[in-house]
Amino acid sequence: MRIDVNDGRCVGAGQCVLNAPGLFDQDDEGMVKVLDQHPAGPDVAAVLQAVDMCPSGAINVTGF
Amino acid sequence: MTIQDTGVTEFPVRKPDVPFPPPQYADFRDRDGLVRSVLPTGCPVWLVTRHEDVRMVLTDRRISSNPSLPGFPNVAVTGGVPRQDQIPGWFVGLDPPEHDRFRKALIPEFSVRRVREWQPTIQSIVDAQIDAMLAKGDSAELVAELALPVPSLVISTILGVPPIDRDFFESRTKTLVSVQTTTEGERDVAVRELLRYLERLIALKQKRPGDDLVSRLLANGNLEPRELTGVVMLLLIAGHETTANNIALGVVTLLGNPRWIGDSRAVDELLRYHSVADLVALRVAVEDVEVGGQLIKAGEGIMPLIAGANRDDRNFGCPEDFDPGRTTRNHVAFGYGVHQCLGQNLVRAEMEIVYRTLFERVPTLALDTTPDLLRFKHDGTLFGLHTLPVRW
Ligand code: HEM
Ligand code: SF4
Repeated sequence: MRIDVNDGRCVGAGQCVLNAPGLFDQDDEGMVKVLDQHPAGPDVAAVLQAVDMCPSGAINVTGF
Repeated sequence: MTIQDTGVTEFPVRKPDVPFPPPQYADFRDRDGLVRSVLPTGCPVWLVTRHEDVRMVLTDRRISSNPSLPGFPNVAVTGGVPRQDQIPGWFVGLDPPEHDRFRKALIPEFSVRRVREWQPTIQSIVDAQIDAMLAKGDSAELVAELALPVPSLVISTILGVPPIDRDFFESRTKTLVSVQTTTEGERDVAVRELLRYLERLIALKQKRPGDDLVSRLLANGNLEPRELTGVVMLLLIAGHETTANNIALGVVTLLGNPRWIGDSRAVDELLRYHSVADLVALRVAVEDVEVGGQLIKAGEGIMPLIAGANRDDRNFGCPEDFDPGRTTRNHVAFGYGVHQCLGQNLVRAEMEIVYRTLFERVPTLALDTTPDLLRFKHDGTLFGLHTLPVRW
């Protein structure tokens, strides 16, 4: 799986950090930051949950 | 209920003998298309109750949050509170791209990480309220003594309100949200006093900046000082009664489901289950748009009903059960899309700390009334409890 984020769309709600803490963080501006762009195994489910819960459609995933 | 010849359904007004969320929402979700209704204020609206449709309405760019557009739903006569669209900086009523500037300026103040830094402060505010409650005896009115003061004291600390002014601040914000005990005149006075206070606070922070939200926003210069007054007022109003109602309802629900006390998953389930902000996210179509198989014409008002979406069995298994263990967590208690609640991480921290501290320090906590005598807010925009008598 590959994660791409569009921080122009991110509204900083933090859903990604809450759902997949090891994979996403918020930078000093509160914008989404990807910690691991190529997650695998059980992390994939957490990322999909984060994609569904992200209110702004800022997270894109491919190849899973 | 249905007025046959026009196909318009009466808006499900909350009544003391009807449970919340209104049972009609289940029927609305099962109908084809959307439900055409008229608000008690006379405003025609489309009611949206399916989870998928609510999320679509809250993300579609053809649908606006701007209350000054014709057709925008008018839920209640907001006595005392200034018309939202008249306050510069009231960004919940702005659409992108105007909205972006405000949201971006505020995001760092409410990020997951920043809220974590506020936890010790929230803890000491909660401890002090509970100390005061315990010192008074063996019973309390939890809405006035805990649920309302905690969010007000927390946000005033974050904003940078000096400690000696926080009681003034708390008493005025309480006047704003206490629908039953306050007259229109008292509310007007409280709003004007608060706005005047906020203007003075901003002027003070311009002269003597501190390490606080208002000073940082002034320093980074993205917002004008006069916009800042509206922003701060929004932060105050948006987060006060919403949080207080959730805190109080949550205590009742946890007392009825004690096995979930102490489980951190309870917080988001309480938010879904109570959906106090059911009527908060209002919209109007700016272009023709189809939602849930229904054509909405440009200029027609839309009400995505949060409690409708949060009890949709197409999305949640057994939605009527209070079950913090459920794996489907995509509730819309905080809305969805670019306006999704800015304060949500703060709310989660406040609720978690309040419940943990309250049930740890007052293990014998019990209702000091019978559940059927609890006074629910059937008369306000937000659902909640007027009072919550407890003893220990
Ligand atoms: C349990 C408590 C709360 C609930 C249920 C709640 C609910 C909501 C909802 C549903 C919206 C979306 C409105 C819309 O789409 O039109 C919203 C927006 C907002 N909330 Fe909250 N809220 C709560 C607490 C707070 C707190 C504590 C703050 C303080 C920082 C806050 C600040 C805001 C702001 C500023 C917005 C507008 C965001 C924007 O337009 O970008 N809320 N809230
Ligand atoms: S959930 Fe979406 S909007 Fe929220 S911080 Fe993550 S990427 Fe940004």
